[in-house]
Amino acid sequence: MTDASAPIELPRTFEEFNEQRRQSFLKVKDFKQAGGRLVGYLCSYTPLEVIDAAGASAVGLCGTSDEVIPAAEEVLPANLCPLIKSTYGFAYSQKCPFTHFSDLIVGETTCDGKKKMYELLDELKPTHILHLPQGRSREHEREGWYQEVVALKEALERLYGIEITDGALRDAARLRNRLRRATLALFELQRSDPPAMSGVELMSTMFAGTFNFDVRAYVESLERLCEQRSAQAAAGESAVSPAAKRILITGCPVGGVIGKVGATIERNGGVVVCEDDCGGERTNRFMVDEEAPDILRAIAERYLKINCSVMTPNDDRFAATREMVEKYRVDGVIECVLTACHTFNVEAARMERAVEAAGVPYMKLETDYSSGDLGQLETRIAAFIETL
Amino acid sequence: MSSGRLGMGVDIGSTATKVAVVDADGGLVRTELMPTGFSSVDAAERARAVLEACKSDRHLCTPDVRVVATGYGRVAVPYADKVVTEITCHGRGAARLFGPEGTVIDVGGQDTKVIRLRAGRVAKFAMNDKCAAGTGRFLEVMADRLGVSQGELSALARAGEPTRISSMCTVFAESEVIGLVGRGEPRENIASGVVESVVARVATLAASSGAAAPYYLTGGLCDNGYVVERLAALLGAPVTTCPEARYAGALGAALTALDMG
Repeated sequence: MTDASAPIELPRTFEEFNEQRRQSFLKVKDFKQAGGRLVGYLCSYTPLEVIDAAGASAVGLCGTSDEVIPAAEEVLPANLCPLIKSTYGFAYSQKCPFTHFSDLIVGETTCDGKKKMYELLDELKPTHILHLPQGRSREHEREGWYQEVVALKEALERLYGIEITDGALRDAARLRNRLRRATLALFELQRSDPPAMSGVELMSTMFAGTFNFDVRAYVESLERLCEQRSAQAAAGESAVSPAAKRILITGCPVGGVIGKVGATIERNGGVVVCEDDCGGERTNRFMVDEEAPDILRAIAERYLKINCSVMTPNDDRFAATREMVEKYRVDGVIECVLTACHTFNVEAARMERAVEAAGVPYMKLETDYSSGDLGQLETRIAAFIETL
Repeated sequence: MSSGRLGMGVDIGSTATKVAVVDADGGLVRTELMPTGFSSVDAAERARAVLEACKSDRHLCTPDVRVVATGYGRVAVPYADKVVTEITCHGRGAARLFGPEGTVIDVGGQDTKVIRLRAGRVAKFAMNDKCAAGTGRFLEVMADRLGVSQGELSALARAGEPTRISSMCTVFAESEVIGLVGRGEPRENIASGVVESVVARVATLAASSGAAAPYYLTGGLCDNGYVVERLAALLGAPVTTCPEARYAGALGAALTALDMG
């Protein structure tokens, strides 16, 4: 485990970085030097309230670029999901300031690829693993998960030499709930016709939010953005054509393919009205019961409701997607599977049936972070939108 | 003597560029086939000659020609009034040639498409992933490796007993074929194995997209009787094709051009 008072050093290769990357490193270094605590996480199952209540900033470390994949493949097999390779690659090549300056990384036993990658990541950075159950329908799975959340709390207490109080957890839950409500309010602006903003803007906003040190400042900025876009939409000033076909994106996290998939949809006559991935409505719709007598248990329960394909069974995901298809008056569903993501890829067969049973066209794309399949992807997406 | 607007479709594929022209009633009046070559911009320029010829043709006698570009080089056609994907165009062209219901299988140079038609429109489609398995390119590479033309490959294949080619990837399959040649496997057996491999990939793609009879084959393999025969055997249903099916994408584009306001 990291000594939280260890000297704060820049990576050896700092001088080779471009200006933008150097600036990010210096910014995070300043944050650390001013006494800031930084905890990296990689999954929407990570109970962020516990990190908040430890007085630490939680930053998402999911890799979304193929830049560091060749480096990662020095250690990891090539036929692995790009998110896993990119995440490891950033740690391995010391190119991500958040990974580099994290006091601790919190990983989880979601898919097999991540689970085993974390063992290698732990060699580079202390990594605490949350044991996520494979399902949530059995009492011992829910109890086991609660114990995991307790273990995370204790690990952070030891790391920082602090006590995490119920009061701090409750305050964190209130603030995180406010953030979830602000996020949902922003999503819901896409219900209007035309939607209030482009899907690329919405997806980029969600993605940028995972790098925020200050939850309160981020909530406030989201609330302001929501007011602005809402006023513009009411004044008929949406940037989106009313003729654009309304698309729901579901499947794997889309942070790494916003340009590749999101922008391609919107360049070919579509608009993303609903992001049904782990940064989207699928996750943000669940609130923590702020008034629960046992606040830590309430936090644990909230996170286990998230519908990810790593769970079995995962039937609630299909029901939720169908609900959103209706709520956002979706013309077509595009499932985006990252190469070698077995759980979403296999589950796609059931999602296809669920969506088509609702009378809505469905298409699955399998892609990664490279540009090798741009041509085929453009043809598929454009053709799908032409059929709507 | 026809009059009124003409619709022209330019389908720039990875191997061949196809042009189709239809009259105001949607009747096919002209087709052209040319190799795409290195540059789709260059192919588009060569296809422009057809446009100019139509405009000055005294039998067609109309300057009113609308152009729709399709195929992977569709964005390289500066004189196109509209760009439409080859999925939509193949669907429409095949519906005109064969009928409004059924499954269109298009084996192209770099990809294979399975398109389900319902009421003459594309209801659903599937494309092979970013690799040349189950495409015309696979046959090209293997024919080259065996030192025969594509036509000769089919003739050889018909005479052979299929040797199993287990590699899906074109690059690996080529090494596998080299290995088979080295072991003295008869050429007709390898040719037969090559055709079976492509046809099996195409049939799997069709099955995975829930395709149903009747089946129509479009694209560059439509005049390859042996491939059509094997495909029908694997799908367990007849596969219909015709010489114009090679132009299905261009025809669909031409019909779309006719619709334009």
